Amino acid sequence: MLIELKKIVKNYDNSGVVTRVLREVDLAVDEGEFVAIMGPSGSGKSTLMHIIGFLDRPTEGEYYFDGENTKGFTDDELARIRNNRIGFVFQSFNLLPRTSVLDNVLLPLQYSTDKRNHLNRAKKALEAVGLSERLDFMSNQISGGQKQRVAIARALVCNPKVIFADEPTGNLDSKSGSTVMSILESLSKEGRTIILVTHDMNVALHADRIITIRDGEIISDKKVSASEKIHSKIIKEDD
Amino acid sequence: MNNFFADIKVIIKDLLSRKGRSFLTILGIIIGVAGVIIIISLGSGAQSLVLGQITKLGSNLVGVLPGKSNESGPPAAVFGVQIKTLTTSDVEAISDSSKVPYATAVAGFVRGSATVIAGRESVDTNFTATDGSYPRVQNTEMQKGTFFSDEEAKSGANVIVLGYDVATSLFPNGNELGQIVKIKIQNNNPLLTSDSNTVPFRVIGVQKKLGTAAFQNQDDLVFIPFIIGQRQLLGIDYVQYIRIKVANENNIKPTMDDITRVLREQHRITNPDNDDFSVRDLADAIKLLTSITDTLRIFLGLMAGISLVVGGIGIMNIMLVTVSERTREIGLRKSIGATSKQIRNQFLFESIILTLSGGIIGIILGVFISYLIAVGARFAGYDWEFVVSPIAIILAVGVSMITGIIFGLYPAMKAAKLDPIVALRYE
Repeated sequence: MLIELKKIVKNYDNSGVVTRVLREVDLAVDEGEFVAIMGPSGSGKSTLMHIIGFLDRPTEGEYYFDGENTKGFTDDELARIRNNRIGFVFQSFNLLPRTSVLDNVLLPLQYSTDKRNHLNRAKKALEAVGLSERLDFMSNQISGGQKQRVAIARALVCNPKVIFADEPTGNLDSKSGSTVMSILESLSKEGRTIILVTHDMNVALHADRIITIRDGEIISDKKVSASEKIHSKIIKEDD
Repeated sequence: MNNFFADIKVIIKDLLSRKGRSFLTILGIIIGVAGVIIIISLGSGAQSLVLGQITKLGSNLVGVLPGKSNESGPPAAVFGVQIKTLTTSDVEAISDSSKVPYATAVAGFVRGSATVIAGRESVDTNFTATDGSYPRVQNTEMQKGTFFSDEEAKSGANVIVLGYDVATSLFPNGNELGQIVKIKIQNNNPLLTSDSNTVPFRVIGVQKKLGTAAFQNQDDLVFIPFIIGQRQLLGIDYVQYIRIKVANENNIKPTMDDITRVLREQHRITNPDNDDFSVRDLADAIKLLTSITDTLRIFLGLMAGISLVVGGIGIMNIMLVTVSERTREIGLRKSIGATSKQIRNQFLFESIILTLSGGIIGIILGVFISYLIAVGARFAGYDWEFVVSPIAIILAVGVSMITGIIFGLYPAMKAAKLDPIVALRYE
């Protein structure tokens, strides 16, 4: 198992008022799986992914990543995992403004212990998302779909095992969304583990497995059959 | 080390990508640093100017002024009060080498305003009526001709020595020597007997160009024999002030004591509290002026401090205004694998680079403007010393760098401690 959650609880303490967002969630994800986490807003799906993606910490419970209990990990160890074992794609892209596409993709390498071939690796990652022509564009000069592809390249550049995508198509039109989903599909085919949060069934049906969460609990966990599965194609943007 | 420079390169690139914010931060530091350097330089320059003007009056000089004064305050005569206690016989008594052995030259003075007429030209200027010893007392030199002798001064010969500026405006052709000029007598002269209201003088010399001393143009005046100025032009019977030249600096204090004793004898004063004269040397004047200019410098220092605080607040504001943007950026950096230490180092170097470059530009600008002021003042004819205080530079750069680093680093350190998702969502 690559990811194993045991009785994960997350409480938010808002000046004395405790809100329980996750109630003893158990979950296991194998290497190479493409998993979609679904659920209405406020169900805890994003919180769950932030915990799996080491952006947040559980209040209780145990999280085994690649066989190791992450409970005792120091901040620096967690930073190391975020840097080269996982990659994160956000709904709102979170690119550095006034910075070139290439520099945005180079950013994780700045914090990497591996100091070799930065430029080549960044260019390769941008090639994988079809943006080789946009290296020197500023991050605010490109379209939303292109921004999300830069963000995917940034997530890829340290060659992570897992890619987390939090509503990756949420801010995109259907064409760009389709392109982004086809890139995620191809990454999955390469053997990378993909964990996706969405509330859109058409997006979720790209995955092999759909986990539905409501009120902090997993209410269903099922495989997507080959007949149900949706495949996306890269649609050229008119730019 | 290679990585270090690579990191610095990345940081500089980052800073350049946020030109506006970087520039405003640097601007605060530039204003603070340049302001302090300019203000302190102005203070020192002004002080050097004032002291320079005083020392230009001549070295090893002792002055006697009428009226009593205490050690630290200025004598009453400075404020234009007419005190008539000094007389020609006092000048003679001080000149007696058996009584005041170290005095090498003594001159009594009266001064007034005068209109000097030569043919159709006339100049409103000041006259100084003094003794033949004047050139020895003041170390002055002649451009042309000679100064009048002691005999001419005492006998009241109608001779005149022109200051450089007066000579050039009355005699543009330069043929002053031997010419006759007239000085208009003031109407309020009670001793005026003659029907004529002008006194004729024969030009016997022109003084060398001197510039300013004690903030007076030393070339816009004329010299006439003491007795003529006193009796004929002013119609008074007292001496306004006496100056005594002492050969050796070490003899100034004993000479001042000698003069005090002689004058008490002359004025029949037994109790020092009743002194009706003041004996001063330039050291006293310099001490007095230094205390005044020091106050000025403290005041300017306070203003410099204010400009530093203003610069500091500017830096602080820019840093605090961008906290939320930067906190989100830190959240992002953490989410892609930056450790708290890496973020701290990045922000530390960033602050250092920003404040240091601001400091350097501020120093260059401050020194340059101070230099321009000095050049301008010298061009205007003042002895303005170009002073740059290293302490002012260290203080200004230190304070603004510390402000910049604290307010750049502190919010960043706080943000670096947050969980990435909390920082990412910071509003």
